[in-house]
Amino acid sequence: MIAFFVTFLLVFCIYLLLTAGSGTIGFWSASELIAGAGLSIVVAGITRKFLCRSNNYRMANPLRLLLIPIYLLGPFLVEVTKANVDVAGRVITGRIRPGIIRVSSDLKTDLGIFILANSITLTPGTITVDIDEKTHDLFIHNINIAPGDEQKATVPARELFSIANIPAWIRRIAE
Amino acid sequence: MIGYFSPVALILVALVCLAMVRLVLGPTPADRAVAVDTVNTLIVAVLILLGVVYRQIIFIDVAIVYALLSFVSTLFIAKYIGGEL
Amino acid sequence: MIADILVLACLAVGTFFNALGIVGLLRFPDVYTRMHATTKMTTFGSVFTALAVIIYGGASYLGSTDPQYVILSVHTLIAAVALAFTNALGSHAIARGAHRSGIKPTPAVVDRLEEVQP
Repeated sequence: MIAFFVTFLLVFCIYLLLTAGSGTIGFWSASELIAGAGLSIVVAGITRKFLCRSNNYRMANPLRLLLIPIYLLGPFLVEVTKANVDVAGRVITGRIRPGIIRVSSDLKTDLGIFILANSITLTPGTITVDIDEKTHDLFIHNINIAPGDEQKATVPARELFSIANIPAWIRRIAE
Repeated sequence: MIGYFSPVALILVALVCLAMVRLVLGPTPADRAVAVDTVNTLIVAVLILLGVVYRQIIFIDVAIVYALLSFVSTLFIAKYIGGEL
Repeated sequence: MIADILVLACLAVGTFFNALGIVGLLRFPDVYTRMHATTKMTTFGSVFTALAVIIYGGASYLGSTDPQYVILSVHTLIAAVALAFTNALGSHAIARGAHRSGIKPTPAVVDRLEEVQP
């Protein structure tokens, strides 16, 4: 029941955002509000098992949700900019040293692994290729392996990022 | 200010044509999938710019739906390449 | 005037990174390195072109108070967020599929995944 309600709220908010400016009740017209509520009930009824699969409602806390835009606009944006300038230099000069390494993450929840894998894909010259389901280790294709890293069995996730401590931020958000 | 957008859209369309070269050449299916993914991203950007140039907000709604649908198709192509389908 | 310069700067940055992404797609030697170029740089470039549209909508709204421009900005923001999320996930899926189908990273210093998954 809580899963149904959370899904309904999320779908309805997205619908309202997409149809803002259509009428006079607030920003919406009455027909849009009714159609949105009806569609949201149908969609939430069908998909309620997918969004809240872990039965863990830690992320419903608004303060935690507020941390996500802070994370995206703060440390994440800095790392993305740095990574893009770095890869741009590599495209022009062609100086690469690629390989696949194993990275230990010590994050427990599915959401934490998800955010870390996506952050790694978009940030420092690395792409997540596969995930070890049992130990939650990530296999990462790195475009420029630091000398010496190819001997290590696992590399801690902290060493991939040079400016901000991304894994600590993700632990604060998701665990 | 609106005059800046149409030349940029034209440049992005030229880049789509360049990405098509990799789509034709690509030695493995995965290369072609990467090229298709890139073309989809650029098409979304072009649609957003054209929405401003022609003053039609519906273009941007089309761009949102295009981004989500191309994501689904990319997932299925990736599953097929990996032999899990 | 300031909005003019900001829009032009965002469009220039976006076009520059998009162009370099395509050059990387044509130039790099194997699938995984090509994916580095396309995923990071075209996502960054497209988000910057979307940012230019958002700034244009905001500045035009301040000039004319037509609510149409706010709708333009909000929809473009949703499109940019959808683009950034789906691109990262899609490239991860392609990389996983490529490695499962047996494509090796050809110039490679080390391949730890091959030891685990034959």
